[in-house]
Amino acid sequence: MAQRIDVKDLNIYYGDFLAVQDVTMTIDPQSVTAFIGPSGCGKSTFLRTLNRMHEVIPGAAVEGTVEMEGVDLYGPDVDPVAVRRNVGMVFQRPNPFPTMSIRDNVLAGVKLNNRRISRSDAEELVEGSLRGANLWNEVKDRLDKPGSGLSGGQQQRLCIARAIAVKPQVLLMDEPCSALDPISTLAIEDLIGELKQDYTIVIVTHNMQQAARVSDRTAFFNIAGTGKPGRLIEMDETSTIFSSPAQKSTEDYVSGRFG
Amino acid sequence: MTTTTAAASADATELTRALLTAADPRRRRVDRTMRILIWGAFAVAMVPLVSLVWTVLSSGFGRISLDFLTLSMRNIFGGDPSGGIYHAIAGTLVITALATVISVPIGLLTAIYLVEYGRGALARAVTFFVDVMTGIPSIVAGLFAVALFTLILGPGVRIGLIGAVALSVLMIPVVVRSCEEMLKLVPNELREASYALGVPKWLTIVKVVLRTSVAGLTTGILLAVARVIGETAPLLVTVGVTDSINFDPFEGRMMTLPVFAYRQYSQGLATCPGGESATCVPDIAIQNGWGAALVLIVIVLVLNLAGRLVNRWFSPKLR
Amino acid sequence: MTTTASGPPVQAPARRRTRRRTTDRGFNRAFRWIAVGSGVLMLAVLAAVALFLLVQAWPALTASEDDLAASVPRYPADTSLLAYVGPLVFGTLLAAALALALATPVAMGIALFISHYAPPKLAQVLGYLVDLLAAVPSVIYGLWGIFVLGPAVLPVWEWLGQVLGWFPLFAGTVSPTSRVLATVSVVLAVMILPIITAVSREVFLQTPKLHEEAALALGATRWEVVRTAVLPFGRSGVISAAMLGLGRALGETMAVLMILSPGFLYSFKILTSAQHQTIAAYIAADFPEASGLAVNTLVATGLVLFVITLAVNMGARAIVARRKEFSGAN
Repeated sequence: MAQRIDVKDLNIYYGDFLAVQDVTMTIDPQSVTAFIGPSGCGKSTFLRTLNRMHEVIPGAAVEGTVEMEGVDLYGPDVDPVAVRRNVGMVFQRPNPFPTMSIRDNVLAGVKLNNRRISRSDAEELVEGSLRGANLWNEVKDRLDKPGSGLSGGQQQRLCIARAIAVKPQVLLMDEPCSALDPISTLAIEDLIGELKQDYTIVIVTHNMQQAARVSDRTAFFNIAGTGKPGRLIEMDETSTIFSSPAQKSTEDYVSGRFG
Repeated sequence: MTTTTAAASADATELTRALLTAADPRRRRVDRTMRILIWGAFAVAMVPLVSLVWTVLSSGFGRISLDFLTLSMRNIFGGDPSGGIYHAIAGTLVITALATVISVPIGLLTAIYLVEYGRGALARAVTFFVDVMTGIPSIVAGLFAVALFTLILGPGVRIGLIGAVALSVLMIPVVVRSCEEMLKLVPNELREASYALGVPKWLTIVKVVLRTSVAGLTTGILLAVARVIGETAPLLVTVGVTDSINFDPFEGRMMTLPVFAYRQYSQGLATCPGGESATCVPDIAIQNGWGAALVLIVIVLVLNLAGRLVNRWFSPKLR
Repeated sequence: MTTTASGPPVQAPARRRTRRRTTDRGFNRAFRWIAVGSGVLMLAVLAAVALFLLVQAWPALTASEDDLAASVPRYPADTSLLAYVGPLVFGTLLAAALALALATPVAMGIALFISHYAPPKLAQVLGYLVDLLAAVPSVIYGLWGIFVLGPAVLPVWEWLGQVLGWFPLFAGTVSPTSRVLATVSVVLAVMILPIITAVSREVFLQTPKLHEEAALALGATRWEVVRTAVLPFGRSGVISAAMLGLGRALGETMAVLMILSPGFLYSFKILTSAQHQTIAAYIAADFPEASGLAVNTLVATGLVLFVITLAVNMGARAIVARRKEFSGAN
C-alpha cells in the first residue's frame, strides 16, 4: 500500500538558522518523486522531515504540516517511532549493521516490533525482502555471513531489503547511488522502477540523468546564497522539468549552466 | 461517485492515523524503563562521587594554613597541632619529577617508534605489552623497584630514586599510549610534504611531527603525571616515611603526600592528658590526613585542567 | 614468554629495512635505532619486572615449610606456600569480582547517558568530570570509604544480614564497624567506575552515525537504537573496559588496606569482619616491617598478583581481538 504526502508551508530550522523555507508540495502514491538541486539547498534536510529523522539532530525544528493521507506527521498524538516505521529510509552510504548477519540485518526492523516471529515466517520474510531488493540470488548461500562482507551495491540493496521488510508505506532514498559504481547504480535504478508498484518513493539525487531516468515527477530546490534558506523553486512532471521548465534557474541548472 | 471517493479517502485517513499513532505499549514501556534506569545509573553514581569531593573539601579545608603548607612534621608528637606537610609536598614533587624525567624520553621515543617506524612482529609485541603493562598493579611495580635495588644496593635501602623507578614503571605505558594517540593525529600529508622537500626522516619527525603535536604531547604527559602523583602503595614499600624535609632522592627516606595522608590516618587519635587545648588536639592526625588529601586532590585537578587547557589553546587546528 | 618475545623479532624487521633502503645513513639511522631501542626497552622493562620478582621470590618458593613458619609472621605451621597464598588470592578475586559486578552496569548506564541521553552541553561537562574522577588518588578513596561510606552503608548491611542472612554472601554476624569486604567492594566499585565509564563512553561515541540512523529509520525507539546499533558495536570495547577495571580492582591497595579488617579464610561472608585479605593490601601492610625470608614471601605473593593481572589483561586483549570480524571497525 502506498500513500500520498501533502506538505504545506514547511519551514525547517537548525537552532535559529532557517535551513529550508516555505515548501508546499504533493507527493503522489505509487510514483517516484525526485529532488534535485545544488549542494546545500536543503533537499536532504527536507527529505529527513518526511520521516521525522530531522528532529534527532539537537536544536532541529519544523513549522508547518506534513500530511500523509490527511494525517499530520507532526500531530500531537503521532508517535515519531511509528512514523519512521511507516516511512522507510535508505541512506547515502550503505549502512548494514556490521555486527549482524545478512539475515539478521533484513529482520532487524521486524524484530524490534514483535520479538516472537516464527522461524518459517522469518525465512519467508527474509527471502521475500531480498527478492524484492533483487539480492536473493546473490546472497542466499551466505545468509549467516556479516553484511559488511558484501560489495557496496549489494550492501545498498541489503539496506533496501531491510527497509522494505518492515512493510512501510513510503520509501525515502537519500542519494542512494552516490557511493556506488555505475553497474550497481543501474541495479538500484532498476529496483526503484519495480518498487514503485508498491511504494511511494522519494529520491534525492545529484545526478540529473538519474532523476530523468527513474522519476515521474521532479522537484527542483535552490538556494539564493550562503546563509540563505533553501527553497522549492518548482515541481512538475519530470519530462517537463527537463524539457521546458517554468523557471529560468531550473533551466540553467538542468542544462548544466549552473551549480 | 464523489461520495465513494470521499469515503475511501476518509478510510485511508483513518487507516493512516491508526498506523501512525500505533505505539506498541510494550516497546514504549521498555524504552521508558531503560531511560529511567540510565538516568538512575547516572544519579546513583553521582552520589558517592559528589560526597567524596565534598568530604575532602569540607574536612581538609579547616586544616589548610600557611604553617601547614610550609612546615614539616619534625619533632611533632602526639596531638600537637603545629607542623605541616612541606616535607611531603617536597618529596612528592621531587619523586614525581624524577619519575617524569625517566618516563617521558622512554615513553615518547617508544610512541615515536610505534607510529613512525613500527611494523611487523616487534611493533605488535610492543603494542600488546604496553597494553599489558598499563594493568600492572601499583604495589607490584613497587615490589619490582625494591627487588631491583636490593640486588644493586642490598636489602633494606629506602631512597626516593627507588620510588621514582616504581612510578616510572606505572607511568611509561600511560605516556606511550597518550603520545601514540597524539602522534597518530598528525596527518600523513604533513610528513609527505616534508619528505618531498628532501628533509630526512628524523628531521621530519623532530621538526614536523613533534612540533605539530607538542600541545597534545604536553597534555598526555601532564595527565600521566596526574595519574601517578597520587600513587601510595609503591611509595610505601620503596621510599619509606620520614618527618623531615629531604630534597635528595639519592639519599635517605622521603615523605610523600599520599603516604603522609595514609600514615596520619593510621596513627588514629592522640591522647591528650589535659583534654583538648591549643597544643593538643586528639584528632589532629586525621585532620592532617584530610588536609594532605585536599592538597593532593588540588594538585591532581590543577594538572588535569592544565593538560586540557594546553591542548585547547595551543594545539594547531588540523581539521 | 616476555623474554622470548623480545629476542629474535628485534632485529628481523630492522635488518630487512636496512637492506632495502640503502640511503638510511647517519642521523637517520641513529634516530631510528634510538626509537627501536626504546620499543625494545619497553619489553625489557616488563621482562625485568617478571624476572626480578622471580629472583626475589625464589628463596620463598624454595624454602621449607618450617623455615617459612619460623621467619614469616602469621605463617601457620605445616602449610605450603601455595596453601598460604590461597586465601589471599580468594579474597582478592572475591573483592574484585564483586566490585566489577557492581560497577559495570552502572558504568555502562553513565556512559550511555553521556553519549546518547544527556543534552550535549551537559554531556561534555560530565565527560570531563568523569575523567577527573578517574585521577583521584586511591588514598583519598580510602579515607572517604572509612569515614563516610562505612557508617553510611552500615544500616544497609544490617538489613541485608537480617533479611537475606540465608544467602551465603550475607551470612554470619554483621560487623558493627563496617570494615568488611562488602564495604571494600563498594569503594572499589566507585573507584573503577570512572575508568570503565571513560572507556565505554569513548567506544559508544564512536558508534557510526550511519548505523544509528539506520536503526532510527527502521522505527526504533531510543533504547532500541542503543540495543541494535550502539551496544553491539561497543561490546568488545565494554569488555575491555570492564577488564581494565577488573585489573585496577585486583591491584588496588590503599582502599583495601585502610578499610578492611583482615582475615585469612576462604569465606563468602562479606558482611563479617576478619574474614578476607587481598594480596596487595597484605603486601603493603607487612612490607615496611618485613625482613629476610618474610620479604621474599611477600614478593612471591606479589608475583602471584602480577600473574593474575597479566592473565586478566591478556584475556581482555584476546577477547577484543577475537571479536574483530563482527566489530565493524573495518
